[in-house]
Amino acid sequence: MIYFNNVSKVYNKDSLALDDVTLTITAGEFVSIVGHSGAGKTTLIKMILADDVPNEGTVFFESINVFKLKNKDLTNLRRRIGVVFQDFKLLSNKTAYENIAFAMEAVGKTNEEIESDVPHVLELVDLKDKMHHFPHQMSGGEQQRLAIARAIINQPELIIADEPTGNLDAINTYEIIQILKKINDLGTTVILTTHNRGVIDSIKKRVITMEKGKVIRDDKSGKYII
Amino acid sequence: MMMIDLKRVIKAGFLNFTRSGLVSFAAVLVVTITLSVITGIILLQAVLNFSLNEIKDKVDVTIYFNVKAPEDKILSLKGSLENLPEVKEVSYVSAEEALRLFRERHESDYPTIQALDEIKDNPLGAYLNVKAKEVSQYESIANFLKGDNALVLGSASIVDKINYHQNKIVIDRLNNIISGAQKLGFLVTLILIVISIIVTFNTIRLAIFISKEEISVMRLVGASKMRVRGPFMVEGAIYGAIATIITILLFIPTTIYLGRTMTNFLGMNIFSYYVSNLFQITVIILLSGVSLGIISSLIAIRKYLNK
Repeated sequence: MIYFNNVSKVYNKDSLALDDVTLTITAGEFVSIVGHSGAGKTTLIKMILADDVPNEGTVFFESINVFKLKNKDLTNLRRRIGVVFQDFKLLSNKTAYENIAFAMEAVGKTNEEIESDVPHVLELVDLKDKMHHFPHQMSGGEQQRLAIARAIINQPELIIADEPTGNLDAINTYEIIQILKKINDLGTTVILTTHNRGVIDSIKKRVITMEKGKVIRDDKSGKYII
Repeated sequence: MMMIDLKRVIKAGFLNFTRSGLVSFAAVLVVTITLSVITGIILLQAVLNFSLNEIKDKVDVTIYFNVKAPEDKILSLKGSLENLPEVKEVSYVSAEEALRLFRERHESDYPTIQALDEIKDNPLGAYLNVKAKEVSQYESIANFLKGDNALVLGSASIVDKINYHQNKIVIDRLNNIISGAQKLGFLVTLILIVISIIVTFNTIRLAIFISKEEISVMRLVGASKMRVRGPFMVEGAIYGAIATIITILLFIPTTIYLGRTMTNFLGMNIFSYYVSNLFQITVIILLSGVSLGIISSLIAIRKYLNK
């Protein structure tokens, strides 16, 4: 599904953010990318979204070279990918319901679809009673669950979760990971970046370890080892 | 599809407006100030034009004829004057009429009336009162009368005097003042409007700066540029529309007050001018306010959309 072909990225001369990365992620996988801060995890993810351009190499999403896309096609690509961020990136002046409705409106869903799907997905992440709350009226865990609900509402083929549990306590972390596993079980590819050892050890799926921009380990059913 | 997007954009714009509270209030306030400046200038221009017209109307050239001048010759001169493109109107006052006006004017001046009665004959000649369309045109009218023109053949002999040359200095000076006042008025208007537009633009830019996180998130979620831009443009239009209503209402007590206190000084009632031109004024400031809001939003948001 995703192919990295000798991708390198330099932000400044002394350090490589990505150093000749080649890897393949197939549909339906649950891939965890681990590594210290600055190992290149976020840069790797930005490449998939074409949010950043590499100095060398290419990234394919299926047969599409993501760096050759025009503005409109890029929007279409991003609609096929749901993204969850460490800092949630919710629309602060919109309620939980409206945050999700907006993502549906953006891809041109009808009012009927929105009215039937939004309560459903909020129930899935256990936020039905917070439907008309604004993000600032919710806890960190609730905000992240809302962000996940928004990421999955348009049935993307791929979910990218960039440090989704970075700001959360143990219980909330556990809940978020359970939700991501459930999404993966339903057939959606999930890419998760984290530096939380407990999270990785509990998932028992493929682990890619990065250090200084290089992929140093790629285990099919890995543990967090650095 | 287009309709539903439009509806969503408009709804989102209204929702943003009500939820932004203080920011919306500030933006409306600044747009209101801009529109008040524009309305104030419209009224000021009206007063200025009115006063200038009043003054212009008081300027004229009078041609006095000899006592013995035959009426048909005077009337034929009147006819040829009326044919001049510069002339607005010519009024003829016959010798008898002139005498009657003179008597009226000096009603209480007993010695003068007595002297007049003693003469028995009418000592006054007829005269023509000429009004030009523009103050600057009196000179060419005077030249026309001076010249040995075929149309006015023989009229030189019947003309006693023309008071243009006595009025010339006053007319010239007035001419300068009028054109100066108009130029200055235009310049002041332009500067004031430019300043208020810049202030409004900056306020709206600030309002959008607050939302820059939102804008990038909207793009991330896959919203099209128009879908992100739309609600801000609607918000801008709402600023303009509400500011228009406030400005129109604000100027009612203001003009009533000015109408009461300044009518004698200005020579016109601002309140009645305001009321009789309310429709045009509303259209002008509504269009200015709404387009100012929309264009400012459009320019301000461009910076964050292209990231």
